[in-house]
Amino acid sequence: MSETVADVSALIIQTLLANPKVPRDISGSSKIVEDLAFDSLAVMNFVMEIEDSLDVSVPLDRLADIRTIDDLANCIVSLKQGD
Amino acid sequence: MSIFTKYEPLARSLAAVTNGGGRNPFSVVIDHPVSSTVGVIEGRETLLFGTNNYLGLSQSEAAIEAAIDTLRTHGVGTTGSRIANGTQGLHRQLEERIAAFFRRRHCMVFSTGYQANLGMISALAGKDDYLLLDADSHASIYDGSRLSQAQVIRFRHNDPEDLHKRLRRLDGTPGAKLIVVEGIYSMMGDVVPMAEFAAVKRETGAWLLADEAHSVGVMGEHGRGVAEACGVEDDVDFVVGTFSKSLGTVGGYCVSDQDGLDLIRLCSRPYMFTASLPPDVIAATMAALSELEQRPDLRHRLMDNARRLHAGLNAIGLRTGPQASPVVSVVLDEVGQAVQFWNRLLDLGVYVNLSLPPATPDQHPLLRTSVMATHDAAQIDQAIAIFATVARELGIGG
Repeated sequence: MSETVADVSALIIQTLLANPKVPRDISGSSKIVEDLAFDSLAVMNFVMEIEDSLDVSVPLDRLADIRTIDDLANCIVSLKQGD
Repeated sequence: MSIFTKYEPLARSLAAVTNGGGRNPFSVVIDHPVSSTVGVIEGRETLLFGTNNYLGLSQSEAAIEAAIDTLRTHGVGTTGSRIANGTQGLHRQLEERIAAFFRRRHCMVFSTGYQANLGMISALAGKDDYLLLDADSHASIYDGSRLSQAQVIRFRHNDPEDLHKRLRRLDGTPGAKLIVVEGIYSMMGDVVPMAEFAAVKRETGAWLLADEAHSVGVMGEHGRGVAEACGVEDDVDFVVGTFSKSLGTVGGYCVSDQDGLDLIRLCSRPYMFTASLPPDVIAATMAALSELEQRPDLRHRLMDNARRLHAGLNAIGLRTGPQASPVVSVVLDEVGQAVQFWNRLLDLGVYVNLSLPPATPDQHPLLRTSVMATHDAAQIDQAIAIFATVARELGIGG
């Protein structure tokens, strides 16, 4: 099965909302560090959860360019497509 | 806008720690050591339970004498890099000693343990390679991975199955895969399941680097670390370690049977572009290594002491990691509580490390203690009693 960016973005938001500390009004354009108040470790741990849900590995250097939830979804979709 | 504006959140975090008159936990000064286990802090003799000086060898008489003799014959520094004028006969001698201790063919010595990880990981993993790092890896491993141009993938802490899954995802991709694990993890003192990681390495054809910084001199029949204790030294391609824990001095190293290690001397920037170890440090390190080899009783006493502290802290209702190892950390829930606890311990004469998130696993603050072979039972019991007093004051534990 191939997920779209919108599918992946929705899954990320759903995963984030399972954490009660995350603001309820997040969207694809929410910034992961600024809007969610995640530190570097929290970002890496949260990405690990998403990796397991989608059976994909996101190399850490790719994370440096990711600011929003949609950026992460785009990155995952391109990794899944073998980029 | 100031160049320091970006550090305003850090300044606020530090202010939160020191508000209410608490000390800055990152600026503690040990005026001078009285022995390996006692130092003078704020004018008071204080029990040291946070120095990583596992065998007490920072105060070894033999090491001190060797350093003094060598200062007289060799001077105080080398003023140069290992690849220029900074390699003396002593550097080669130290590398041969370390290689012989590990029964390996090759050894490279670095100026610090941090640089050993930085220098090995950045040079071994090139841009077409993959680094697979334990999620709880030390900062030197993460920094080494950033200095390399490799693709970096984290696996769940101490979870060989999770590593296996991530390696399977890389099936068919070109490039070497280098797994990096630590022998004992520095924050919680938990030990790596090295045999299981070695099995994953064998099955997948990956390379394995083990950072045994906290486990050399501590584990294994001859003190060679967790790989020796688990009987899988042949599966570990590269062992990285430090002189600044069980050997009591400063410096780092990598040992390997791979002939390619000599080439790393010519492409590892943290090895090439810094001054080499001064002669007295080398002499002290070799003397300390002899003591480590000749006195297995130190390792036995260390583990007895670790069990005594671990059991004692658990008995007064404090939460620690599951295993008794020379690193015993008390896990607390809130940073404010941990800061208060740490300050009171120091008021009452016990120094431990305060470790705060994000440097700790699971976002919990830790009171991190490290035990020494040279602690006596009375010192450990006194430290436990002081922990109990403070826990009661703060209403923590049972």
